[in-house]
Amino acid sequence: MAVASTRSVALVGVTGSTVEVEADVGSGLAGMHLIGLPDTALSEARERVRSAMVNSHYAWPDARITVSLFPASLPKRGSQFDLAIAVAILGAAGLVPAQRVADMFFLGELGLDGRLRPVRGVLPSVLGAAGDGAATVVVPAANAAEAALVPGVRVVPVADLRRLVEWLRRGDPPPAVPAPASGPAVAPAPGSAVASASSLASGPASGPASGPGSSPAPGPASGSASGRASASAEASGPALQAVAGGPAPAARPDLDLSDVVGQPMARRALEVCAAGNHNLWMLGPPGTGKTLLAERLPTLLPDLELDHALEVTAIHSVAGVLPPNSPMVSRPPFVNPHHTASAAAVIGGGSTVVRPGAISLAHRGVLFMDEAPEFPRHVLDSLRQPLESGQVTVARSAGSVTFPARFILVLAANPCPCAQPQDQGESCHCSPTVRRRYLGRLSGPLLDRIDMKVTVARSSRRELLADRQFVESSRTVAQRVLLARERAAKRFAGTPWRTNAEIPSSSLHADYRPADAAMRPITSCLDSGTLSARGLDRVVRVAWTLADLAGKDRPDEDETSAALALWLGLTP
Amino acid sequence: MAAKNDLGRHGERLAADYLRSQGMTIIDRNWRCRRGEIDIIAEDGATLVVVEVKTRSSRSHGTALESVRPAKVARLRALAATWLAAQPQPYATVRVDVIALERFAGDYSLRHVRGVS
Repeated sequence: MAVASTRSVALVGVTGSTVEVEADVGSGLAGMHLIGLPDTALSEARERVRSAMVNSHYAWPDARITVSLFPASLPKRGSQFDLAIAVAILGAAGLVPAQRVADMFFLGELGLDGRLRPVRGVLPSVLGAAGDGAATVVVPAANAAEAALVPGVRVVPVADLRRLVEWLRRGDPPPAVPAPASGPAVAPAPGSAVASASSLASGPASGPASGPGSSPAPGPASGSASGRASASAEASGPALQAVAGGPAPAARPDLDLSDVVGQPMARRALEVCAAGNHNLWMLGPPGTGKTLLAERLPTLLPDLELDHALEVTAIHSVAGVLPPNSPMVSRPPFVNPHHTASAAAVIGGGSTVVRPGAISLAHRGVLFMDEAPEFPRHVLDSLRQPLESGQVTVARSAGSVTFPARFILVLAANPCPCAQPQDQGESCHCSPTVRRRYLGRLSGPLLDRIDMKVTVARSSRRELLADRQFVESSRTVAQRVLLARERAAKRFAGTPWRTNAEIPSSSLHADYRPADAAMRPITSCLDSGTLSARGLDRVVRVAWTLADLAGKDRPDEDETSAALALWLGLTP
Repeated sequence: MAAKNDLGRHGERLAADYLRSQGMTIIDRNWRCRRGEIDIIAEDGATLVVVEVKTRSSRSHGTALESVRPAKVARLRALAATWLAAQPQPYATVRVDVIALERFAGDYSLRHVRGVS
């Protein structure tokens, strides 16, 4: 009868903090007591851990078992503590060496048969563990690739409890999961899919096909692709999905900017948008390509840099939307919530577990709100603070959680509910009041935060034909965008920001103020009251992006005038 | 039915022998009232011990020890109070013990848990 302790990670938002899991197997009425602020899913760990241990042929200690999760003040939710609880009990019962598990981190939900199920939020959990000095983290095999993104931590993928216990008893070094390439090459190669399929054929993951010693089976160490295949092959479920799954949702290779003909102005605005991470509003009648344009914005954006990719992946992992076959989100995400979405769905929320909303899923990517005036007004207005600060704090009874939310906002709107084009001589059925009320849903303070406003008009047949020779492919435009972003990044060397949209106001006026001559059109607008102080900042930021695109060192009057025109754009 | 009762009675006998060997004095066995039964009532020095004896022939339906749930312990406490009410002399301390017996290969294993709560 003894005490053993081990460690796991509790997630608050997208930050993980270490939780000490202690188990005491002692005298008293037989039973298991779980203390330390568990929620329902965690209280059910009692039943899962017991069944998993019994069905893995380990004797359940016939004694009073007390499991304590420390710190007790931190609310602990979900099922990812199952494995740590099981290991702590096994350690206290003397079934695994207690001192060996004391410094390890364990994550994962146990199935009743002892299989280890994947959990949400593995990447931020492992990041949190690494921050607390973790050397070894044991994760479900299905989460191995995601966990392996964290540098400097030994990740041990495990398929079921029995193999884990055998490994802990034997004490030989675990197989190293190869570090993934930091680039976009995260989709499994065709070879790895074949490897998974063949290992599936050899028997279920928990079956006897691979002997008792092969738990974290070392793959044929011949390059990173085959190594990853062996890691993913340990759990049959995800491997199956990897074989059957389609392409990753973020990458849509079928979309190209050249598909959109007849909107040269909007295409240009999109390019500026991509080059400086500016927000965009497109106003125009239906069928003019607003949605098509917005959907193609991600094709103009470069791949995420490694630190940004980790941020985005962590958020997607917490939300549980990470595709199983590509652990790292390396492309800027594109999120388009439907206009019936609630404030909690867009901003983030939930009564007990606070989950990231659409704006956080769009972090470092694009949030597209099609039919923006159809969104409830309070949802639109709740975007205001995240648009300024790049993060959102959701307060609930369980505590308040801050999620990152730095996204490009793209709004699309029809001019009125009937949306008949005005310029074609057809009459609009809407009364002036209806029209005003419709666009009035987009409040002034929100529009003040939109850097560019573009009217998208219906094009005639001749215009469409003429424009066909001017359209450029996404590749060509993305090249210009990349050059502009590199210019900006070089200018921002030594500062935390990378794009023009991120320059704070103070620094904008101190270090990045255009020449007085260039400022003249803006200051006159400020004097006449058409431009707010924030509007001025936004115009200057866009002017910098235009200068970057034009290859100039500083914006001059051409750029500031153009930026001003884009800011004023349309008057609702 | 008879086999089951025999097993229980045999277990209680073994438990009583064991308690005596531990230096306790058995005061009463199978004390019954309207609300239930106390298997063994014993004295451990100045302490009154109410003992629940649980005997199982195998582990196929769980262990003997874990079959005693907190509700059962609470019932034993209430029974102890009823029993005490009829006694002339007071006791400083009252304790509830569980003795779990499991038959294994023709023999019995015995576990004694003192002072369950």
